[in-house]
Amino acid sequence: MSAALLQTVDLSIRFGGVEAVRGVNLTLAERELRCLIGPNGAGKSTLFKMLTGQLKPTAGRIVFRGQDITGDHTHLIARRGIGIKTQVPSLFDGLTVREHLWLSARRTNAAPRARQVAEEILERVGLGAVAEQVTGRLAHGQRQWVELGTVLAGNPELILLDEPAAGMTHDEVARTAELVREINRTHALIVVEHDMQFVKMIARMVTVMHQGAVLVEDTMDRILKDSSVRDVYLGKHGGG
Amino acid sequence: MRAGRIAPGFIVTAAIMVGVALGVPRVVDEFGLLQLTVFAAMCILALSLGVVWGYGGILCFGQSAFFGLGAYAYAVTAVNLGESTVAVLVAIALPAAFAALLGYFMFYGRLSDVYLGVITLSVTLIFFNLVNSTAGDAYRIGKARLNGFNGMPSLPTLNVPGDPGRLLDPTETFYVVMALLVLVYLGLHALLATRFGRVVVAIRENETRCELLGYDVRLHKLLIFTVGGGIAGLAGSLFANWGAFVSPTVFSLGMTSQIIIWVIVGGLGTLLGPIIGCLIMQYLATTLGTQQIANTSLIFGAIFLAFVLLVPRGLVPSLVALGARFPGPARSRRLEPGP
Repeated sequence: MSAALLQTVDLSIRFGGVEAVRGVNLTLAERELRCLIGPNGAGKSTLFKMLTGQLKPTAGRIVFRGQDITGDHTHLIARRGIGIKTQVPSLFDGLTVREHLWLSARRTNAAPRARQVAEEILERVGLGAVAEQVTGRLAHGQRQWVELGTVLAGNPELILLDEPAAGMTHDEVARTAELVREINRTHALIVVEHDMQFVKMIARMVTVMHQGAVLVEDTMDRILKDSSVRDVYLGKHGGG
Repeated sequence: MRAGRIAPGFIVTAAIMVGVALGVPRVVDEFGLLQLTVFAAMCILALSLGVVWGYGGILCFGQSAFFGLGAYAYAVTAVNLGESTVAVLVAIALPAAFAALLGYFMFYGRLSDVYLGVITLSVTLIFFNLVNSTAGDAYRIGKARLNGFNGMPSLPTLNVPGDPGRLLDPTETFYVVMALLVLVYLGLHALLATRFGRVVVAIRENETRCELLGYDVRLHKLLIFTVGGGIAGLAGSLFANWGAFVSPTVFSLGMTSQIIIWVIVGGLGTLLGPIIGCLIMQYLATTLGTQQIANTSLIFGAIFLAFVLLVPRGLVPSLVALGARFPGPARSRRLEPGP
């Protein structure tokens, strides 16, 4: 098997008459940071749902660390090492921040080690001040970080981030970008984001999706100059 | 968060239960003691739904199916063997196994909450009709005649394990049932403090997130549902033992809705709530049953409505919330089991 961490082969999904994702071939190397952009409805979140087993592809394959995981159950895929921060933070609203991290770390660690991991992540993501707060009462930006920290505590090899900077202030966006770059030292990431400022801060390789298919895949600099990309996506935002 | 930490409220509750168990026989006459014995058995039943629904988030409308199975399993086994120890064990194992089987189809079939409620309710009503129609000599298991709607009378009551000739007197039976109640309460508290228990609570909060973290939601739900089934079965055996009698009403709609009312009144998401709710409603039922002013079911229905509308969280969580208004650190909603 090649050195690719993740590979999708002609991955497609159809909802009735709509083919939401069409023949996507995506290859991700170990510790790669890939940005996935595209207008609303391009199929980015649907692709994430297939990668995490929440949706079953109608055609194509997903290979992770050399093993075919197509159609595997969500919790088994998570155990193989794919973690996701969803678009709308998916948290346990009645539990504290620390409990989130503990619960995630506890799956693979004994209780004392899980507590230790939780403390490390609190420090790393900068959530120490709200460690004992229930997440239902936190602001949106903080909820994003809690979810990111929760995913990190499970130490997955590949982390999928669906709009990690959405709803954040300018400072928070910058901090999140820094955090993503830092996480990338030890983990591979695929980041879906609309905020082009944020994408510019973190991106090296960018994949552009449009109407369920990959439109183009290139470095950030060349993507910004690509006229087809501008037409379908950047143009609508006045160049970001 | 410290794994295995024991909440102070929990120790107090357990101590009060032990105190009641030891003190009551000194001050209450035999009739009162019999009443309290059945109250305690029903508290165990309330706990079984309290953990399945309140902690597991599984809307089981047919908890009486396991209660009834336990009662009948006890009756049939005790009649055949002429002793009670094995019968009680069978009364735990059979409903637990049935809960595991039913739960397997429900949870691995990915049924949503509403269907789960409908199915569990249907199952208990099917049992009700099935056992109701077992009148006649053809329906017997070994020496035990099921007797249809007339029920099975003169069941052997609890004896000292290993000595079928030595039956427990009412005071001893009360001690045993209270001990089992405390044991179930302690056991559930300990179970909820483990990783398994915490994941069960997390599943109630957000099922998808649990799966995305790598926890097998179906298996956790199945296991907590099975535990609930076994505990309800134990309660059923104690109930059958209390009256030395069992009839199909253990599976009835009235029975199953009573359990739901206990848990609603006492409060979801606590272990103490279902016990308190059960005691209040049982006391009311007994008191109202002795007068002719108003229909008991009608009053129960009114109380149920009043709680759903006015105190939707139930007594215990509402009182705890009231206490939490006074200054103190913001607390988590029970990943650590409360009182």
